[in-house]
Amino acid sequence: MLMTVNQATATSVDQNAVVEARKLGLTFQTNDGPVRALADVDLTINKGEFVSFIGPSGCGKTTFLRVIADLEQPTEGKISINGMTPEQAREARAYGYVFQAAALFPWRTIESNVGLPLEIIGLSKAEQQERIKRTMDLVNLSGFEKKYPWQLSGGMQQRASIARALAFDADLLLMDEPFGALDEIVRDHLNEQLLRLWRQTNKTICFVTHSIPEAVYLSTRIVVMSPRPGRVTDVIESTLPTERPLDIRESPEFLAIAARVRDGLRAGHSYED
Amino acid sequence: MMNSKPSWQAGLALVLCAVAMATVPILTAEATAPMSSGMTSLVVGLIALPAVASFAMFSGLASAAVLFVGAHGAAWLLISGIAGNEGTARMPYFLLLAAAWLLAWRCVAVLSAIRPVSTQVRTLLRLLIPAIFGAWILIIWEAVTRGAGVPFILLPPPSAIAARIGNSLPILLADVRQTIFKAVLFGYIVGCASGFAVAILADRVPFLRKGLLPIGNMVSALPIIGVAPIMVIWFGFEWQSKAAVVIIMTFFPMLVNTVAGLAASGHMERDLMRTYASNYWQTLFKLRLPAAAPFIFNALKINSTLALIGAIVAEFFGTPIVGMGFRISTEIGRMNVDMVWAEIAVAALAGSVFYGVVALIERATTFWHPSVRGGRA
Repeated sequence: MLMTVNQATATSVDQNAVVEARKLGLTFQTNDGPVRALADVDLTINKGEFVSFIGPSGCGKTTFLRVIADLEQPTEGKISINGMTPEQAREARAYGYVFQAAALFPWRTIESNVGLPLEIIGLSKAEQQERIKRTMDLVNLSGFEKKYPWQLSGGMQQRASIARALAFDADLLLMDEPFGALDEIVRDHLNEQLLRLWRQTNKTICFVTHSIPEAVYLSTRIVVMSPRPGRVTDVIESTLPTERPLDIRESPEFLAIAARVRDGLRAGHSYED
Repeated sequence: MMNSKPSWQAGLALVLCAVAMATVPILTAEATAPMSSGMTSLVVGLIALPAVASFAMFSGLASAAVLFVGAHGAAWLLISGIAGNEGTARMPYFLLLAAAWLLAWRCVAVLSAIRPVSTQVRTLLRLLIPAIFGAWILIIWEAVTRGAGVPFILLPPPSAIAARIGNSLPILLADVRQTIFKAVLFGYIVGCASGFAVAILADRVPFLRKGLLPIGNMVSALPIIGVAPIMVIWFGFEWQSKAAVVIIMTFFPMLVNTVAGLAASGHMERDLMRTYASNYWQTLFKLRLPAAAPFIFNALKINSTLALIGAIVAEFFGTPIVGMGFRISTEIGRMNVDMVWAEIAVAALAGSVFYGVVALIERATTFWHPSVRGGRA
């Protein structure tokens, strides 16, 4: 425990850590008794990494993301974000969060949806305009500034929500199955764009998914999780190059990593239910 | 064109014409100025010819125009023919009236089936169809009350009510000023505003939410008939006591709707605001109040009619000698039912305008809501 406290000020290697979880656990009190959503999660995510969390539903991958975001509070263990507690990190606007649905406000235009966090932070109008333009360009939504969310397709809405998460320039991006509701072709396209965006901005990304190809294609590291209680069963370092065209998914290297992820998922899966 | 095919309305109208022709005269012998047989034939012709013509295969618009002229021409002749002969109509009179009404029905049906391309024509149709509908309520009311000689006390014809409105404009205006521009508007604004403010307060302070809502519930159950005389004792005979009744009536719908509206924003949206470390007021103004707007407008619309009812009823319990409720209660005592109906007409008009204005503001404000933009979620 002492380690985590020291890490923020200690060696240069530790300063590289964005998220550090030690023996992290979370138990929900429900009407049917306590449910252990997370147990004994030990994980360090370093600056500039693209980490995917994969596992069957109920394995706690979303819960872990929500703990990082201070949307849930852990009941055991320690977690620090940039050396701060999750609450301090949230107050410091250390991360952008992309939800499963776009969650755009229908009464705001796309540009004012993207500008919402900037308004809350209290940036000047000029600064807001400048950042809205930059992030809208980044997600290829220029020209749709004055549209309302309901006038856009699902894929464009999700891109707008990514732009909103990027707008205030947090170094950490938390994405909770952002493309889960989209069709295969749109999803491929957005995956490609997300990789390009990650290389351009050099952000740290935590990405929750239940698609093996998506996890392998995007990540530098894949965290395989299993349910009841939610825990980490395998952490796989990707050997794929940073430059990844879509057809890399047919390469033997890609398939080998995918096979290992699948094995990890199978091992962690209980067949009792 | 599908619009000009044989219809049961036109067919039945022809049958009614035939029966009417077989049972003439259309007025009893006591009629002082009986309708000539030429006049009767003209009425029958005005109904029968368009009915037959509407069977022909020409365009919907032409068919509707012919039906419109026939139906309203016949109705006009029937109503002007009864002048001076009130209460002498026989069965054929009502058969012809029914036949003319069937033609108007057919006309509206044809008009509703038209799918115009230009927006102006579409707007015109959207206004014309309910106008024909409303006009026929008045036509039948007028013809039946005068044709059958319904006692004036029971139900005066609309023409008498209109004449009364025209002759009593200054009185009606003074009543509207007293009841609507003082009691209703003041009570509505204060009642809605305080309901809204208390809802925000209850949202901010949990113990108020638990304590205030049940009490608010009880206030809403207070019988207005019981409260109004108490308010007169408290606030005097002038409009202030009526405004107090309106405040009591409008407060609760606003409170309940705003509380429900504040809970309407989704979990994901609230989590989103939390990730921005947004404070209570920022979340309130940027997320929860916009999401609550449809609920709040619902309350504003409900209250627009409640306020009018409350102010009029409250005036039954002591008032200076002006006001819509006062006028209704005194004129009914003097058997001047046309004046009572005139007040009812003015109240209905004022209520509709009030409601319409609120609904227009709602459409402009909650343009984003699926119920307004009429489409995808």
